[in-house]
Amino acid sequence: MAAAQDPSIPSSPGQALAGWVSVLVASAFFVGFWQALGPVGQGEVLRWSWEWVPSLGISLSFLIDGLSLTFALLISGIGALVMLYSTKYLAGHKNFARFFLYLTLFMMAMLGLVLSDNLLSLFVFWELTSITSYLLIGFSHTSADSRRSALQALLVTGGGGLALLAGIVLIGWVAGTYEMSEIRAQGDLIREHGLYLTIFVLFLLGAFTKSAQIPFHFWLPNAMAAPTPVSAYLHSATMVKAGIYLLARMHPTLAETDVWLWTLTVAGASTAVFASFMAVKQTDLKQILAYTTLMALGTLTLFLAADTGYAITAAMTFLIVHSLYKAALFMIAGAIDHSTGTREIDRLGGLAKAMPITTAAAALAALSMAGFPPFLGFIGKELKYYGALAVQSEPVLVAGAILLANALMLVAAGLVAFRPFWRGTHATPVEPHEAPWQLLAGPVILAVLGALFGINSDLIATPLVIPGVNAISSGELEPAELKLWAGINLPLILSVITISLGIVMLMVHRRMRALLEGMEARLPSFDRGWDKFLDGMKATAAWQTRVLQSGVMRQYLYIIFATLLIAVGGTMIWTGAFKGVPEVSGLQVKHWVVVLLIIAGTALTTITNSRITAIAGLGAVGIGVALIFIIYSAPDVAITQLLVETLVVVLFAVAALRLPTLKPEDGFPNRKLDALIATAIGAVVAAILITVTTGPINRRLTEYFEQSSWIDAYGRNIVNVILVDFRALDTFGEIAVVAVAGIAAWAILKGPKEDAK
Amino acid sequence: MEVVLSCLVGVLVAAAVYLMLSRDLLRFLFGLILISNAANLSIFVSGRLITGAPPLIEDGRDYPVGEVANALPQALVLTAIVIGFGLFAFALVLTLRAYRTLGTLDTDEMRVAEPKEPS
Repeated sequence: MAAAQDPSIPSSPGQALAGWVSVLVASAFFVGFWQALGPVGQGEVLRWSWEWVPSLGISLSFLIDGLSLTFALLISGIGALVMLYSTKYLAGHKNFARFFLYLTLFMMAMLGLVLSDNLLSLFVFWELTSITSYLLIGFSHTSADSRRSALQALLVTGGGGLALLAGIVLIGWVAGTYEMSEIRAQGDLIREHGLYLTIFVLFLLGAFTKSAQIPFHFWLPNAMAAPTPVSAYLHSATMVKAGIYLLARMHPTLAETDVWLWTLTVAGASTAVFASFMAVKQTDLKQILAYTTLMALGTLTLFLAADTGYAITAAMTFLIVHSLYKAALFMIAGAIDHSTGTREIDRLGGLAKAMPITTAAAALAALSMAGFPPFLGFIGKELKYYGALAVQSEPVLVAGAILLANALMLVAAGLVAFRPFWRGTHATPVEPHEAPWQLLAGPVILAVLGALFGINSDLIATPLVIPGVNAISSGELEPAELKLWAGINLPLILSVITISLGIVMLMVHRRMRALLEGMEARLPSFDRGWDKFLDGMKATAAWQTRVLQSGVMRQYLYIIFATLLIAVGGTMIWTGAFKGVPEVSGLQVKHWVVVLLIIAGTALTTITNSRITAIAGLGAVGIGVALIFIIYSAPDVAITQLLVETLVVVLFAVAALRLPTLKPEDGFPNRKLDALIATAIGAVVAAILITVTTGPINRRLTEYFEQSSWIDAYGRNIVNVILVDFRALDTFGEIAVVAVAGIAAWAILKGPKEDAK
Repeated sequence: MEVVLSCLVGVLVAAAVYLMLSRDLLRFLFGLILISNAANLSIFVSGRLITGAPPLIEDGRDYPVGEVANALPQALVLTAIVIGFGLFAFALVLTLRAYRTLGTLDTDEMRVAEPKEPS
């Protein structure tokens, strides 16, 4: 686990500059997006577009509506606070500047992701967040644990990314465009298309891996190996929400079907409940928070399953609530680690006296998380119950799952923000002291915002939540109101039950933890399953390499020839292209003599065990081929063939002096099979040629050369004109090839002398 | 005649493949020569065959008179013969060098780049 750095070491001026520039960049983005609040609050949608790769339909188009603006503000705002936090948290770290580079790159990628209107550029940014988060999770690269977690996150989210790419290509093919604003208008077309289910599954794989839904959840708790500011940023407000963003973005296109409703409901609800139990089982502050993040992601998925105004409003509100309190609590966990040297809740207690400001911020954030009035968390929780009760699938079960998860959230909030500050005192590795202001600014601001937005929910309702709901539902659903007091009704009663249940569970927490630990030991571990999966992949790859790359040349040739046989021969049989052998007529004795000469030469070469006989046989074949050229009106070709044939024989004869004699092959077991393969390939080639020569011929090019040979090139030998005029560059290339072969041959023969082994 | 020559190409290819599958590198080279002859013939044959009419233009005329042999495959085969020769010469030199360095022409024994897996 990455420990906090010793704050007594000041950063060098260059390092400090890197940190502050990053903070400024993030703040500038935040201020920029702030400007969009006005227009978006009035229902406007801002869009910019530049062509990027027009031939592939890829453009750099950016769109700001309620949904992307909410994300952009959270990313840049929390980003600025996390960077400010990091300037102190990582002060003196030897890779300080690199950290800020990664963090800034990540922020840019994340902003690109939520602002892209083009699915392909969204994918590029999506993958960029995977890569930059790999660098950030593995920042403590000397720790094997850290490297493993980083790789696991990269492989899981990267694999999901590939599925997403396939889904994007399919949706682009169905809709005829990659612009999401245009795709949204074709929701019905896509839902009724035969490929809908495939597209849905592929998109879901992308979103579920990124947002760590069961069964892909295991990478997120492991990713806590990252430095705490990274966890605060990536694993609360940004990276893991990318999947949620995708689900929300694709809601108008893919939702409103039974399969969407049920898959998201089941995955979301089971993730939420499972993660809440796991959260209260943990003893490490960051691990508790990691699992509560999983719970939040499950809840968001659950609400995006539905297609009611309440559910979507609940999702939008809870998205903001969660980002605020979770980033704050992660930063507080880091501050506690920083000030005491430990994150184990059993070793912490009574920090309130030493760390009053941290305590206050933690209390505010935790009250929002636990859902007490008048915090925004309370409104979020009320909306969740409204949403759950309005869900089309199983309102009772969904509401039950939410109630259980919320009660457990209260327990987790108590563990993180109450236990370490109040109950008892423990000796900690470092004497507790209040964290410096950079570590406090983020938690305090975010926690206060959670309270402020709760008391005056209009601050976020009009500019963010309502436009967000309109964006997710394409304006077809009525956003619900955000209010603290809605009279005594079912959601309020459920809230009261939640809080009471939570407090009871907090009191018996230790016994519950023991029980859960016993249960977990009996459950299969996804993390170990992942290792087994990777080992299996490696074993398969090794096996495949051994089979395909044996190092024996004949086996490669077998593969090549077998492919030829199956691909070409199989196609001919399958398509029925071969129409049989036509009748042969008009053959004279001279033709038969030439054909028999070639066959005799071939046979001699094939069966002989004497080198000289083989070379003589090859010579006979070469001369026979030259004779064919002469008979069929190709004198130039025949001359070349004779010349080359002579050279081949001479070269071979010279080389044979330095090479060993041929050995008889009768003993080799494979030669019968070889003969079979060879005959089959010969038959296929003959069949192809017969099919070609009995079919029609297109003489267009030949006619062009015949017409232009004298007129354009002043040559009477058409073959020569083609070679030196029409295809002069080609001939030049041919000369170059022969020259290069000559030079290479010389180099090989004259190369360093190595004696035979 | 095209049919007979097509079958001849088939025979050449079959013999070439059989030789190339041999463990002896010298036989592989025989196969290489045969298969390049087969390839040249097959290009030539697919351009159709005409006797006694080489693709020439008589003096005083702008175009060839009557039907003459297909000039395009002839030009392609000419190039192919020369390239095939370059390939053969290079392969021969490589074989010589390999024998000088490794002391064998058995392809199953030539495993410097991909040694046997330690089993």
